[in-house]
Amino acid sequence: MESKGDLRAPVSQTPLVVEKPKDTSAIGGMVSIEINEKKVSVPLGTTILEACRQNGITIPTLCHHDDLCVAGVCRVCVVEVEGMRTLQASCAFPITNPLKIKTSSPMVRKARRNIIDLLLSEHYGECYSCFRNGKCELQSLAKEYGVDNYTFGHVTEPKYDVDKSSYSVVRDMSKCVLCKRCVRTCIDLQEVGVLEAIDRGDKTHIGTFLEKPLADVICINCGQCINRCPTGALRANDPSDEIWAAIDDPTKHVVIQTAPSPRAAIGEEFGLGAGHSMTRELNTALKRIGFDKVFDTNFTADLTIIEEGTELIIRLYKALVQKENVALPQFTSCSPGWVKFIEHYYPEYLDNMSSAKSPQQMFGALIKTFYAQKAGVEPKDIVSVAVMPCSAKKFECNRPEMYDSGYKDVDYGLTTRELARMIKEAGINLPEMPKSDFDSPFGEASGAGLIFGATGGVMEAAIRSVVEFVLGKKVEDIFEKANIIPLRGFDGIKYMEIPIGDKVGPVPDLIKHLVPNWDWLKGAVLKIAVAHGTANAKKIMDDIKAGGKFSECHFIEFMACPGGCLGGGGQPIPTTPEIRKKRAEAIYAEDESLELRKSHDNPNVVRIYEEFLTEGPCSHLSHELLHTHYTKRGRYIA
Amino acid sequence: MLVTEKNNMTEEIEELVRRYGRERSSLLPILQSIQRKHKHIPDFAQQEVARLLDIHPVEVFSVISFYSFLNTKPKGRFIVRLCQTISCDLQGKAAVSKAIERELGITFGETTKDNKFTLEYANCVGMCDQGPAMIINERVYFKLTPEKAVQILNELK
Ligand code: SF4
Ligand code: SF4
Ligand code: SF4
Ligand code: FES
Ligand code: FES
Repeated sequence: MESKGDLRAPVSQTPLVVEKPKDTSAIGGMVSIEINEKKVSVPLGTTILEACRQNGITIPTLCHHDDLCVAGVCRVCVVEVEGMRTLQASCAFPITNPLKIKTSSPMVRKARRNIIDLLLSEHYGECYSCFRNGKCELQSLAKEYGVDNYTFGHVTEPKYDVDKSSYSVVRDMSKCVLCKRCVRTCIDLQEVGVLEAIDRGDKTHIGTFLEKPLADVICINCGQCINRCPTGALRANDPSDEIWAAIDDPTKHVVIQTAPSPRAAIGEEFGLGAGHSMTRELNTALKRIGFDKVFDTNFTADLTIIEEGTELIIRLYKALVQKENVALPQFTSCSPGWVKFIEHYYPEYLDNMSSAKSPQQMFGALIKTFYAQKAGVEPKDIVSVAVMPCSAKKFECNRPEMYDSGYKDVDYGLTTRELARMIKEAGINLPEMPKSDFDSPFGEASGAGLIFGATGGVMEAAIRSVVEFVLGKKVEDIFEKANIIPLRGFDGIKYMEIPIGDKVGPVPDLIKHLVPNWDWLKGAVLKIAVAHGTANAKKIMDDIKAGGKFSECHFIEFMACPGGCLGGGGQPIPTTPEIRKKRAEAIYAEDESLELRKSHDNPNVVRIYEEFLTEGPCSHLSHELLHTHYTKRGRYIA
Repeated sequence: MLVTEKNNMTEEIEELVRRYGRERSSLLPILQSIQRKHKHIPDFAQQEVARLLDIHPVEVFSVISFYSFLNTKPKGRFIVRLCQTISCDLQGKAAVSKAIERELGITFGETTKDNKFTLEYANCVGMCDQGPAMIINERVYFKLTPEKAVQILNELK
């Protein structure tokens, strides 16, 4: 199955990763080259760009991105190679023999400047009102490489209408420089394939299938294209004006929930390096901006674990004991990009989806019911905002079925980037904020909810609970410090087997009414898998379809974005492999620093089952508020 | 499209995929066959080709939009493509184009009401030494004069 997936794309479409080989003879050895008269040696096959970067020489790039395959279309990265008649694109030039390279000769500098000038001559540049102002790669190129006038003219009128049809992604093609990063992202990383170059010559532009508005084609709203676009051509659909209006309206009670990934990344927008968690500083900042209450999405992440874990146990019980026909493996459902992906491409597997809502939507439903009651506020006066790393969360909160509280459960999904802007607009420097806690009645949450932000995190959180439920012993006795290392890291697909053995514990009270004992699980081996990036999800799904190893799994975690939520489409730009790693470290470190690290130990979760969802997990009321259903969308558009 | 039409189209494309293979390089010959038979490549056909080659509909659409000889909307039975490139231009293309427009009662880019003729410009078709040149469907006509062009059209009518 692997083979087909990999043969599909031509070599040029697979990311070029040159790892430093341990044994250089295995790949043909090292090559000695000269860069700007300095002798260096690099592994055979390294690109000129890579070689220069390794040796501290900056070469400007535009179409190149560390997550993507080589394109070589913008030519900004040209260098002089001795003996070659023309300048060469350094990002697309693998070194195979000794070369002499010049990266800043008069010819290179002149060509670079001309190329940037030419890009600007077709670019609708109006930086003041552009969301990428100050964070735009084109703008910095112009600044860094000495563009001081528009040699080839300047565009003063937009050429295209802005496509605002999607809840998640806004496309302004007048700002596009045709680098095709979005195209490569959507095809190679996400296997959705929304965008391609349409027409040719000077009419070339990035378009959708049949030039339809984004809302009418198969887009999963993941926003990965936004994160890789070097310019302001792609951006998220920003609700901050509406949120300001709600804050300014004294009749509205505005509450906000913050997800773990934005907290691990928002510091980047304030000049901190990647990997600084700002959770408690953010609580204070949000209050100062004017939000009435700040809640922790991890609380409903904990709830998700209980609901989804119970659902899994029920499915397994039905399949193994009652010999009923139930859909297995169970798939996680908290990534709205993944939800839309499966609705389009594998609608026949929707029964495998956990019916549990995502933490964002669970919280939405609870805020306008449980919390409204407790706080004595009319649900109609509550405006509920969710800070998410994700642009698909905007689509999710607008799904027509998400009105289980009787109102729109979550009013606005706000990305990390958009929130950072609101905080700056309020004149607040986030890192300087004093720390404060989350508001009751939801209060603090566990580290299990926190690690939802990283790929493998939902699974790890679930396993921490399921293992304790079933084996009746501490998860720390099995996995050191409760860290389930095989589920961590950025491998596209992770797989793990957990043997139950023949010692099981008592059934915890919470689910006693659902299963009598655990005897039926004795000797079983729990098989689980994790995938991130929908291209990897596709691999697993095709394997399941073909009856391969993943069809024997019991539980599979899918996240649409590479790296999981921490690499989400609403996160600070840039997002690179290095930055994703740091954000993950921040999340896991925060988890380890907490006392409370298992969802079922969260006293507030225990309390909500005592006070509100009194019939327990997966009961009637919890189904009404915390579970959902899916739509068979299919792969055709009319 | 009706369901039966869709089923026929799917069968037809499956047959083409069997003939040309499932590689990305099979895309053009498959599209050319559909174009030849249906005079255009319907939306549904694009999605089916994408599904069967395991690529994305927008990639198919991108290829079609790149080539002037592939189109997504039906055109007239005869597609008249007059060369607009410099050699033909110097050899009297302007007069020929006026004559054709007058004869068919449409301008370039349009299709006659009876769906018989579509009029388009093409870039150099390789007959520069014998211009002005035009292509109607798959046949090349050269050394055109206004009268000759009109006569050719009338023979087709
Ligand atoms: S995309 Fe960049 S260069 Fe263009 S208007 Fe926006 S900030 Fe300025
Ligand atoms: S949001 Fe995701 S699916 Fe939609 S165009 Fe961007 S990368 Fe593709
Ligand atoms: S939309 Fe952005 S990423 Fe896509 S081609 Fe244009 S500039 Fe590049
Ligand atoms: S960065 Fe090398 S060609 Fe664009
Ligand atoms: S210029 Fe008309 S055929 Fe070449």
